[in-house]
Amino acid sequence: MSNHQKALESLTAIHGVRGAMIATGDDGIVVAEAVMEDVDGAALAALASSLTRRLEGAAAAASGGRPGFLHLQATGGALLVCPAGHGLLLVVIAERGVNVGRARLEMARVAETIT
Amino acid sequence: MSDDIRVLTAELAADPRSLVFLELGEALRQAGRLEPAAKVVVQGLTRYPDLPEAHDLYARILADQGDLEGAFDEWDMTLRLDSTHPGAHKGLGFLFFKADDLHSALRHLQTAATHRPDDHQLAAVITRVRARMEQARAAEVTPRMDQPAASPAPAASSTPAPEPGSTSAAEAPAATPVNAPASRPGESPQNPLEDDGLLLVDAAGLRLLGSMKGAAGSDVADRVAAELAGVSREAGRAVRLLQLGEWQSLALEASGAHFFLVSPTPETMLLAIRDPGIPMARVALGAARALDAARRWLEQGS
Repeated sequence: MSNHQKALESLTAIHGVRGAMIATGDDGIVVAEAVMEDVDGAALAALASSLTRRLEGAAAAASGGRPGFLHLQATGGALLVCPAGHGLLLVVIAERGVNVGRARLEMARVAETIT
Repeated sequence: MSDDIRVLTAELAADPRSLVFLELGEALRQAGRLEPAAKVVVQGLTRYPDLPEAHDLYARILADQGDLEGAFDEWDMTLRLDSTHPGAHKGLGFLFFKADDLHSALRHLQTAATHRPDDHQLAAVITRVRARMEQARAAEVTPRMDQPAASPAPAASSTPAPEPGSTSAAEAPAATPVNAPASRPGESPQNPLEDDGLLLVDAAGLRLLGSMKGAAGSDVADRVAAELAGVSREAGRAVRLLQLGEWQSLALEASGAHFFLVSPTPETMLLAIRDPGIPMARVALGAARALDAARRWLEQGS
């Protein structure tokens, strides 16, 4: 098992996390994924990357500094995105009842290990 | 010292890593021994800083001590760790009620009630909040954006503030004069849209309302609004792809600011930007207040 897959498994082990992936931030290409079969990983990576870049633009325009953790909350769950090293993004899909605080902490820890 | 407290104290001494500090802190609180209760919980939090129950208990102790600002911060932290925590929603609901921010109060109390359907105290307070909102509507105190904001209704209105229950979790804070959480730095106490750092934009990225200053003090609102064009659509596509229902909010923690986005209508977005020192949950609370005001403003055709 690759280091990336191990990293993703530590995220999917969190109660309420449906899937996780590593994608490139610039063009939204999947690097590694551990998502449910019914999720189109390539489309998700592209959307997460695009959304992140749009918000980066807004943050830059507002002199808001370097973007970090992103939390898209929906009625049925959440999409969490965290920048990792080397221009990568760590993406997590979660159910509504997930402990976002715990997921966030684990994402920050995993992001530091991605090389 | 009661037997329970003595036993729990001995248990904690035998195993300082034990979660029994929660029971001991609660027992001390209920016995009115707030100082030792606070010490026990603060010590527990040093071992378990990410435990929502510990932050919730500490918030209730602070509320009992009359430190409503501190209680707000702790419930705020609780929701960061567990966004569905009913005790924190109930506590914040009471704080907002006492601050006369009825919309925010109702939102939190209803969230708490979904998790505690048998909590009669909660149901009673929700009824009071709704009654107060009806009174407010009847008196037409809702401010328009283009008019001076009306003064908030006095807290001591004809409907009494909820009284604390004797033992319930997240009981109402004592009847201390409220330093309203809705009036925290960076949030307007009256009209939440009259606030630098709030921006209402349309789907095309055009500013409808609000102002925003950049690092050099220049107005960057139009640039920021333009960057937000398409964000709502992308957020909607992402949650549809994942079958997550409708998107509700977008939070971005950046090194120099906290950004929080909500959608008052399908064609508009409301952005709140705050200093990164302000917890995101509090930014979200401020945005929620502004959301209602933005909807009213849009309904009134500006």
